[in-house]
Amino acid sequence: MKLPKVKYGRRLSYKEYLFNFFATITGLTIFNIEFIKQAFIPPYEIAEVKKHMDELGVKTFGIVSVTGFIIGLVLAMQSQPVLARFGASDFLPGMVALSVVRELGPVITALIFAGRVSSGIGAELGSMRVTEQIDAMEVSAVNPFKYLVVTRIIATTMILPILTIYVIIIALLGGYLAVIIVESMSFEYYRFAVINSVEFGDLIPGVAKTFVFGYIVGLVGCYKGFTAEGGTEGVGKASTSSVVIASLLILIFDMILVKISLWLWPTLG
Amino acid sequence: MVMANIRVVEIENLSKRFDSLIVLENISLFVSRAENLVIFGRSGQGKSVLLKCIIGLMPPDSGTIYINGRNILELSLNELNKVRKNIGFLFQGSALYDSMTVKENLSFPLKKIFPDMKQSEIDEKVKSTLELVSLEDAINKMPSELSGGMKKRIGLARSIITDPELMLYDEPTTGLDPITTKEISELIINLQKKLNMTSIVVTHDLICAEIIADRAIFLKDARIAYEGKISDLTSSKDLFLKNFFSNEIIHAKEESIKV
Repeated sequence: MKLPKVKYGRRLSYKEYLFNFFATITGLTIFNIEFIKQAFIPPYEIAEVKKHMDELGVKTFGIVSVTGFIIGLVLAMQSQPVLARFGASDFLPGMVALSVVRELGPVITALIFAGRVSSGIGAELGSMRVTEQIDAMEVSAVNPFKYLVVTRIIATTMILPILTIYVIIIALLGGYLAVIIVESMSFEYYRFAVINSVEFGDLIPGVAKTFVFGYIVGLVGCYKGFTAEGGTEGVGKASTSSVVIASLLILIFDMILVKISLWLWPTLG
Repeated sequence: MVMANIRVVEIENLSKRFDSLIVLENISLFVSRAENLVIFGRSGQGKSVLLKCIIGLMPPDSGTIYINGRNILELSLNELNKVRKNIGFLFQGSALYDSMTVKENLSFPLKKIFPDMKQSEIDEKVKSTLELVSLEDAINKMPSELSGGMKKRIGLARSIITDPELMLYDEPTTGLDPITTKEISELIINLQKKLNMTSIVVTHDLICAEIIADRAIFLKDARIAYEGKISDLTSSKDLFLKNFFSNEIIHAKEESIKV
């Protein structure tokens, strides 16, 4: 696998920035193709995938719980006065549910996940690269791409949808808290209203796109870490640029996937 | 005992450059079975690059590298990995896996190279290898808890745990004090004798070379400038070698500081 080299330096010209942009896009594409090629070749390193899923789940559990709860709470708090003005307070649970399930839950979880995990993977693999640990793996007759990259990308792709479903539930609980602060509504009614307003068709595209987001987080983190160079400075750059690129790609792919889901399920619109 | 008729490594006309910088040019050398070859050279003269070419981590621009009669440059990755199973590599910075304990570091190559090995056999092998480097107590420590010398020993233990036929050492004593340098060098030579390994040692440390070397070569300006026994190199009348191996440079510097 031959990847284009990104140019390093404290003061890069616009031309070099442009070169780096295209080099990164090309590098990510080649990395992506290599992943697809190697993911299906044994050995599958299932134990390693499980280990990463455990670690990533534990690592992000706390932060996504807090974020999810606050999103639901704030969304309901902000929407309640507006809906009340139009005499539509009864629609509050449905509105919160639809916003969280379709868009806010998946995207916010993915962005938090990118911030926490993509940077972590970038830094970990980057430091392994600059301290020759990846070379050490290679001389032990182990394919480092398969062992380090493929396992992490599979783990991030599998764990993000699970986290997203969890965040959606937590955000809906946060929404309920906001509702009972301003008006009396039983939990039974809130639950009934949420379930009635959200169809299965709303949940599927919302959760399905998080597989893509999880893949992006793993791919970008691994690419940046695996290709890091230039000592500790290189590790720092790998870590920060992983978050920036992953977040940007998540938003771009969200736009594309929303368009695709509306095309596939016209009733969503 | 060195078996001069059996060549484990044979390199012919190896060249490597990075952009316009020529690092190695037409390097040809061989290492016989059970021989210890020391490669000398100043920093940045391509010693580590040469080792990385031999293990297949870095492709040379031209030339051939034969290991046990097989040109590794023509091998597929799977075939190259089969060759690598018989080679140990001690990295300059030890390259211990940060996220693993000493035990896991040592078990890792065993599990990958011998997938059918039982856990009890792995544990036994890890224990006995740690005894060889006198670090049995460090078995459950993380690399961050080890000193520089201990890291080198563990790195050495990890490289020899699979009983390789050929060992490549990249600066095994750099950054260590003279006493630890001597200890590590003696450990290397003892292990070499015990396990009957062939070794290539890259260093610019004379203490280490004098203990280990059967034969030495000196890289200068991307070529092999000198070759011979270590005593020949150190007693050479060549001005460059004299400067390199004597402590005159240190004294000259001390004088200039006094002035």
